[in-house]
Amino acid sequence: MTDRQIMTGDEIRRAIVRISHEIVEKQAGTQGLALVGIQRRGVPLAGRIASAIEEHEGVRPPVGALDITFYRDDLSLVAQQPIVKGTDLPFDMTGTTIVLVDDVLYTGRTIRAAMDALIDFGRPRAIRLAVLIDRGHRELPIRADHVGKNVPTSREEIVKVHVEEIDGNDEVSIGRLLRVDESAAADQQ
Amino acid sequence: MSVEAEAAAVGRTAGHARTQEVVWHHRHLLDVDVVTWPEIELIMRTTDEMKGVLARPIRKVPALNGRRVTTLFYEASTRTRVSFETAARNLSADVVSVSTATSSVTKGESLVDTIRTLEALGAEILVMRHSVSGAPHLAAEIFGGHVLNGGDGWHAHPTQALLDLYTMRQHLPDGDLRGRKVAIVGDILHSRVARSNIWSLTAAGADLWLCGPATLLRGMDRWATAWDGGAIPGHGRFHVTSDVDAAVRDADVVMALRIQRERMQGGLLPSLREYAARFGLNAERVSLAKPEAIVMHPGPMNEGVEIAPDVAISGRAVITEQVANGVAVRMALLYLLAGAHEAAVGHEAAR
Repeated sequence: MTDRQIMTGDEIRRAIVRISHEIVEKQAGTQGLALVGIQRRGVPLAGRIASAIEEHEGVRPPVGALDITFYRDDLSLVAQQPIVKGTDLPFDMTGTTIVLVDDVLYTGRTIRAAMDALIDFGRPRAIRLAVLIDRGHRELPIRADHVGKNVPTSREEIVKVHVEEIDGNDEVSIGRLLRVDESAAADQQ
Repeated sequence: MSVEAEAAAVGRTAGHARTQEVVWHHRHLLDVDVVTWPEIELIMRTTDEMKGVLARPIRKVPALNGRRVTTLFYEASTRTRVSFETAARNLSADVVSVSTATSSVTKGESLVDTIRTLEALGAEILVMRHSVSGAPHLAAEIFGGHVLNGGDGWHAHPTQALLDLYTMRQHLPDGDLRGRKVAIVGDILHSRVARSNIWSLTAAGADLWLCGPATLLRGMDRWATAWDGGAIPGHGRFHVTSDVDAAVRDADVVMALRIQRERMQGGLLPSLREYAARFGLNAERVSLAKPEAIVMHPGPMNEGVEIAPDVAISGRAVITEQVANGVAVRMALLYLLAGAHEAAVGHEAAR
């Protein structure tokens, strides 16, 4: 079983820069814009998009972190209760445009949970979605507004996103899912 | 061994390094003696998250949506029961509250039958308080879901010990109890709170002193001498004394326990007034502790007996914080227990 690399560090960097331009273009500026990364790997990615926006717009939008553990719909299906990673939303989101950021968009259930969680904190004007990888196989009517790379996959495959801040390197690879690795499967949701 | 040397020895072995991901695998929580230190830290971290939930505009998350929590209390309780029920509701669980005074227990239904009936009615998590030590262990053997001990006899009160630990950590630098002196003063003999606190506080590396009249310490000195920490490796020892000044002097935490009149079967205390004079936490005694020491009480208080009214409302008292933290700790435990499934805990018997 070997993993196949589908994005290099450079490709990830370029995708982040492109997404940052798309976000500002769609919002027509940075006014009322905030980024919220979904724990765990969405959080550093949101920080990088904010830095990229700062580089070309001169303004860094606020960045938050969202843990969706308590909002998951599969708590009775996973073998152990997931570890909670922490939510930190240091701004009032009422009236803002929130861009949710995650590493992989798969079934859409994580995003559903994230939207439920966000709405418990306030009433954003709009919620958009940016993901590094869209691997298909949606189970809910959810689509991303900004996508780093579309990757056709089978359900037996697993997309592994590595980010410097957590894993020590930037890379996206694709491998075979081992049936026993339920926690990894849950992470992919 | 000197107190300092003991505390230092504990600190080295208690495994305080920030642990990697710990997996919760206990199906029941009957006492803290089966919970490892990394698992206690997981409970503390999960409690932090629950405090975060309680600080939100909407103090409720859907984590236990549709799960059924039943509280079965064979003993009077306000704070513990309300705390558990609030915790369960904050997690969106459905709560059924059984009070034995108005249930078929008064018609002579046995504990076993009551539990089987509640299970047949759909109970998944059973929070239980009983005046007989070990009753929740029996419940855990026959109940198909999860049992959370809300206090049994003189034996254990794990959620109280964990909320006490959480509250102490909030008030100590870096939340580190290693070498910190904790004095628990009062009716140690009848106290399930003290017994559960022995496990968690020695596991945390605290320098624990249990203090009370000799009649209310019966057997504790032998336990202290023979103490090997049981399931928790790297535990500290604890001290037993009737010298309240020695126990409180330079303490970081002073905890008063309730004098349990209902468990007092004649002859253990000459009078409540004498107890108040010799062991009650008054301002003078508390001043022996460190200036920044906190004063705790698991409640309900007999003001003027084990704690003076002015001490109970002083700036050092964290008694209402304990109550507030209790909801968060119980949310954390309900959340963790609900996630421990048969498959993951199959190897674990009634623990």
